[in-house]
Amino acid sequence: MEENLLETQEELELFQFIVVRLGDEQYGINIQYIDNIVRMQHITRVPKVQEYFKGVINLRGEVIPVMSIRIKMGLPVDEFTNSSRIIIIKMESGASIGVIVDEVREVVTLDDSCIEKVVYDAKEERQNFIRSVGKCNGGLISILDLTAVIGDKEGN
Amino acid sequence: MDTSQYLEIFLDESKEHIQSLGDQLMVMEQEPENEDAINEIFRAAHSLKGMAGTMGYKRMQRLTHDMEDVFSEVRNGKMKVDSSLIDVLFQALDALEEYLQNIQETTEEGTNDNDSIINELNRFLKNEGKAKEAPPEKEKPSVSTEKNGKWQEIKLGESERHVMTEAVSQGNHVYGLTVYVQETCILKAARAFLVFKALEEFGEIVVSKPVTQDIEDEKFELDFSVYVVTKSPLEDLIDSVSAVSEIESVLGCEIDPDDMQVVHEEKAQMKEEVSTVSDTSAAKVPPASAGGTQPPVTTPAGNSSTAQKKAPGKPVVNRTVRVDIEKLDVLMNLVSELIIAKNSLVSASSNSEMANSAFNEQIEYLESVTTNLHESVMKVRMVPIESVVQKFPRMIRDLNKKLDKKMELYMSGEETELDRTVVDEIGDPLMHLLRNSADHGLEPNDVRVQRGKPEVGSIYLNAYQDGNNVVIEVADDGNGIDVQAIREKAIGRGTITADQAENMTSKEIIDLLFLPSFSTAKEVTEVSGRGVGLDVVKSKIEALGGDVDVKTELGVGSTFSIRLPLTLAIIQALMVEIGDEKYAISLGSIQTIEDIPPSEVKLVQNKEVIQLRGSVIPLVRLNHVLDIESVKNPEDNMVVVIVKKGDSQAGLVVDELMGQQEIVIKSLGKYINCSKIISGATILGDGEVALILDANALI
Repeated sequence: MEENLLETQEELELFQFIVVRLGDEQYGINIQYIDNIVRMQHITRVPKVQEYFKGVINLRGEVIPVMSIRIKMGLPVDEFTNSSRIIIIKMESGASIGVIVDEVREVVTLDDSCIEKVVYDAKEERQNFIRSVGKCNGGLISILDLTAVIGDKEGN
Repeated sequence: MDTSQYLEIFLDESKEHIQSLGDQLMVMEQEPENEDAINEIFRAAHSLKGMAGTMGYKRMQRLTHDMEDVFSEVRNGKMKVDSSLIDVLFQALDALEEYLQNIQETTEEGTNDNDSIINELNRFLKNEGKAKEAPPEKEKPSVSTEKNGKWQEIKLGESERHVMTEAVSQGNHVYGLTVYVQETCILKAARAFLVFKALEEFGEIVVSKPVTQDIEDEKFELDFSVYVVTKSPLEDLIDSVSAVSEIESVLGCEIDPDDMQVVHEEKAQMKEEVSTVSDTSAAKVPPASAGGTQPPVTTPAGNSSTAQKKAPGKPVVNRTVRVDIEKLDVLMNLVSELIIAKNSLVSASSNSEMANSAFNEQIEYLESVTTNLHESVMKVRMVPIESVVQKFPRMIRDLNKKLDKKMELYMSGEETELDRTVVDEIGDPLMHLLRNSADHGLEPNDVRVQRGKPEVGSIYLNAYQDGNNVVIEVADDGNGIDVQAIREKAIGRGTITADQAENMTSKEIIDLLFLPSFSTAKEVTEVSGRGVGLDVVKSKIEALGGDVDVKTELGVGSTFSIRLPLTLAIIQALMVEIGDEKYAISLGSIQTIEDIPPSEVKLVQNKEVIQLRGSVIPLVRLNHVLDIESVKNPEDNMVVVIVKKGDSQAGLVVDELMGQQEIVIKSLGKYINCSKIISGATILGDGEVALILDANALI
């Protein structure tokens, strides 16, 4: 979607990303889909669901499912620390979902010259969730494709 | 002027009229001589035509016009009602419903002319129309003796008189009209508007009494008068005005504005009136002598204060308010929030040391208020299932013809109420079940006779309330379900193995019917038998939190019972603890709670069961089902919650009971693929989320 925009508009498009840490890597989440960032809290386990769902939380009277992005991406299982956060994502469809990250670092603004599309390599599972890579302050940020992260690829 | 603000009234009323047309047609079919029915039909068709015309829906008007012609012939005894005629009329009704549907969606009636139906109607008219020289008699109110043409009371200014004189000299007619609105009319201003609109199609309204502004503000009693300039004959005007709903009668006559004399025996009176009234502006006009008894309503034009006092007419029949269902949803959500807040207060008070009796008293008071509030809001959302089931007699009648089976539908409990959202959803499942009964359930007529049953099959639709549930039963006195046939078919299809089939009870076999794509009808008919029926019924009912149950006896008939919860959003639940997790079980499905020593657990077919008051109840260890480590000592007595679903029971083993609580059901969201045993979640007083167990799925 963004790529299309980039091609059609001459001026440099600016995107804001929240930079989060998962293990040793930095990932970017487009800020427009982020509804809220909350501290780690008690997660009620829901039995017999997809493995990557940690359970549900109460966010101001709403029950919101929370998933572990680590399990989904095949990374080692989460260890909750003081800096762990739940990022509440709200896609266009309206339903909210929370994803657990190790740490929320900063907000960066990137223009499209700093974003490079990555070649899709289906072999490695975590690659499927990364659409492009942003260059920022000398470091690299893998930008998450939220639809793929949230979507239930296995379809069960 | 814009008619869009009246669109809703138009839609509502048209639907009502179409429904009553349909009902009465069914009556007519049974008793073709029923005069009440034909009069009712005629009235409904007439109003429909009038409303469609006023709203500018020409195609709809044309179709109703032809229907009305037919009804008129029938009413005058010139045409006999037979079932082929009723068929065409029902087709016409369907077409009208289609127009309404289009109007509701797009405000346009669509482009379907339905010529075939119209031709068919005309064919009936021609065949029977030997005596049709006399045009159909319209419901034309003749000048009644009770009411006077009050247009005489209108005072005319110089300019208005001039307009009229001018008009007459150009070959127009001037008519004075008085329109009486029915006493029960609620939206008088709307009716008046429709009358004005109808009149403006013919010509120009020169002056009205009360003035237009007052009419729009509903500052009039039951009548208003106008002078109209037009080229059309008076009859046309009266016809089109009386076609507007809730118009009691219309009086009118032609007026010669030159000398302001009425072409009528009241001329002299009229002239006098005009001259006296013109200089005493607030004078009450004495009732015209020629009219006999005049209603004691006098609203002189110059004195609107009297009118104002009485004007905001109290609706006599219907003291209701229309409320958007979304507003009710908001209200319901707020009540839910309130109950959650109350629950947190309760939990805070039980934890803190400061709790004293006065505080607890207040909390209990709050609790009873919120419970009552919830109940009232719930009741507001309840509607009778009548709106859904009233279309079924017609459907069964159609099936009668289509399947060539004689059958009769008996309904009871149409007044049973359910949550609006549920009522909207149960129409399709019920239709499926009724069609099933008609197609598979009932035997062909000759078979019935052979078996010594009445030739006409009976289908029953019964609804009633049972505790916190509403039960809707669809029953028939047909063949019943052939368990052996299902067994064979299931084996043939590989759904189950022969060994499995041996061990299955009849009930389990019948439950196979609810599996996707399992249809036992030997041939696929137009009505049912594509194998998508019962599983859709089941999943839809389960989505509404209910369940379906079948009872059947071969050769005698079968009964499908749908059990639905009264409300969806808030329930009373028992909170239980398993390990360190908390779960809620709906009180509605709980029968008893038992304390069972482990020694009483027996093994039957390698399954744990207990014996309780003579019945054998299977045990479900929730810690196994939910993958939790139980913290209880296995030697201790077990806490067993006995739940029931229809006739079957199960004992759920939990660690601890926490008590009863009113809980608000929240969905888990669409991303999470929940197992069926979790029906939702709720937020507890301490802000924690607890899951709700669906006992039905555990049995």
